Amino acid sequence: MSTSTETIEQLANREYKYGFYSDVEAETIPKGLSEDVVRLISQKKNEPEWLLEWRLKAYRLWLTMKEPSWQNVKYDPINYQDIVYYSAPKRKKALNSLDEVDPEVKRTFDKLGIPLEEQKLLAGVAVDAVFDSVSVATTFREKLAGMGIIFMSFSEAVQHHPDLVKKYLGSVVPHTDNFFAALNSAVFSDGSFVYVPKGVRCPMELSTYFRINAKDTGQFERTLIIADEGSYVSYLEGCTAPMRDENQLHAAVVELVAHDDATIKYSTIQNWYPGDKDGKGGIFNFVTKRGLASGRRSKITWTQVETGSAITWKYPGCILQGDGSIGEFYSVATTNNWQQADTGTKMIHLGKNTRSTIVSKGISAGHGQNTYRGLVRIGKNAVNARNYSQCDSLLIGDKCGAHTFPYLEIRNTSARVEHEASTSKIGEDQIFYCRQRGLKTEDAVNMIVSGFCREVFRELPMEFAVEAQKLLSVSLEGSVG
Amino acid sequence: MLEIRNLHVRAEGKEILRGIDLTVNAGEVHAIMGPNGSGKSTLARALSGHPEYEVTAGEALYEGRDLLAMDPDERAREGVFMAFQYPVEIAGVNNSYFLKAALNAKRKHLGQPELDAMEFMTLVQEKAKLLEIDKSMLTRAVNEGFSGGEKKRNEIFQMALLEPKLAILDETDSGLDIDALKLVANGVNAMRSPGRAFIVVTHYQRLLNYIVPDYVHVLSAGKIVRSGGKELAHELEARGYGWIDAA
Repeated sequence: MSTSTETIEQLANREYKYGFYSDVEAETIPKGLSEDVVRLISQKKNEPEWLLEWRLKAYRLWLTMKEPSWQNVKYDPINYQDIVYYSAPKRKKALNSLDEVDPEVKRTFDKLGIPLEEQKLLAGVAVDAVFDSVSVATTFREKLAGMGIIFMSFSEAVQHHPDLVKKYLGSVVPHTDNFFAALNSAVFSDGSFVYVPKGVRCPMELSTYFRINAKDTGQFERTLIIADEGSYVSYLEGCTAPMRDENQLHAAVVELVAHDDATIKYSTIQNWYPGDKDGKGGIFNFVTKRGLASGRRSKITWTQVETGSAITWKYPGCILQGDGSIGEFYSVATTNNWQQADTGTKMIHLGKNTRSTIVSKGISAGHGQNTYRGLVRIGKNAVNARNYSQCDSLLIGDKCGAHTFPYLEIRNTSARVEHEASTSKIGEDQIFYCRQRGLKTEDAVNMIVSGFCREVFRELPMEFAVEAQKLLSVSLEGSVG
Repeated sequence: MLEIRNLHVRAEGKEILRGIDLTVNAGEVHAIMGPNGSGKSTLARALSGHPEYEVTAGEALYEGRDLLAMDPDERAREGVFMAFQYPVEIAGVNNSYFLKAALNAKRKHLGQPELDAMEFMTLVQEKAKLLEIDKSMLTRAVNEGFSGGEKKRNEIFQMALLEPKLAILDETDSGLDIDALKLVANGVNAMRSPGRAFIVVTHYQRLLNYIVPDYVHVLSAGKIVRSGGKELAHELEARGYGWIDAA
């Protein structure tokens, strides 16, 4: 056995120790979905009876549901019997050096400025035994545990904190919510679980990035984050590195619950494989994300930078139930080549003096189609609710499209709702101005696009914002000139 | 420095310049005057490589090299600067961030070390003083919400920072009140040097009271119809462009 394989195994074992792969073995079940498959998944994960029942309930409902067709995207019908619903995280064959990595992937790593050691890790190259992220992750978890913060894989939480899981699972996104949420509820694989106790301010950004092979958690991810009274947590999902994945359909569910005076910031960078230049392949990213601001003065902020996937279909929303609660949604979505995105948010105002802010920036290039779809609903008891929405679209080239569908449902006359929208084409005159100052066309476009997205980027944690900016330039590569 | 021979330029399907010959040496200031539609701005834009201006004949040598074969950004990095008649707004892009990117693109091209944030700010403060540039102009987005006068001052400020060899001012005086005009002229005069040449495009003689040219050329219908010293501008002021056309 070579040294490098040993290292990988050490890493794997360490990971196991901290529970990221608590209960899975390297195996896969045959394609297709049935009650037996649901039972098998639950059994393999050693789940309690109530959870199996919950999955089955979702499965039986799913059978009666129709796949939604109202969204502004086009794709061939999905054969749900042609999908493998349970696949333990398999370790890919370790590569010996970065030279063996697909040059295309390597080039993207370089463009993103990812340090060499991290590149190796992301590409599955054997790494040195002392690896920063791993040691950081370890100290990190110990520190969190000391403060009473629970941060672990979902499967692990089912074993160690079943009461919390039972109490909150499905409380924000019930299995009845929609076709893909029902499917996820029946067959979800794994994801993250976070609980921040009363009055605790989580001292660091929680990130799936620290969970090294989190990308293998599979296509049906389930995440649950609970912030108890007066607590604060910022969670980062995803990674700017290109995520290649064999699974075409990703149907994740994320639920957030914020109690009185609690704040949850949830930031996403999504860079799944978008398909090739001709629109072949690519991930279908059909996600249901919702936060319940249940407590008074609670606050939930969604920030997303969506650059990947062939199709993105998601509306991270907030239910503003507590009086004085706040919901925010900041989004950058880019579509290049043949990518399609139908994304936006739902702000449901139920409590008094609730406020919501929506800032959406859509960038379309190539043949990309970008749709903003957002719902603002002011309930009849939501006295003095306020909403501000701003949706801007930027077009690069003349074969792409931008669409905006705002839905407003206002049942209380004291509400103040503002909506602003703009569509602009990236100007030849702007590009020429930058070039006359010595900037190359590509740099000029990046600068103009970054400026366009500034209001969203500044909501991201600093280092994430820098990466997001680079990522944007990679994903728009070749769109001009 | 610049040698233009028989330059013909088309824009929007029309031939606008019909054979321009012009030689500009280092250290000289040339004023290009002429009535509206004579092709003054077309000359400025063609020299900076604007994609909507197509050179159909002739040549332009810049320091002995074929200027017209260079991309607009390469021309800029090689030291050709154009102050825009209508500076463009770029939302969300910080003005000093933009300037730093531009300056470092040029320095990199010339094999000079790029400036870090501290060095850059020191330089900016020095140049900002020269043009009485308000600090808030540096932290705002490029030209966004700038008044007409602020935009033009920002152009000259960029010129001061980028230190071009050949500076082309495209009707920089239009829309400026007398105080702003003096400020801009002072900035330009401070930059006059034996190694640098200016082409000042203007409709009015007024600017030339403050930026005194070595040569004045009068354009009409796409050709230089008269060249002379600074006194030619005064003559034009007194007699109007009609005098040229009639001659």
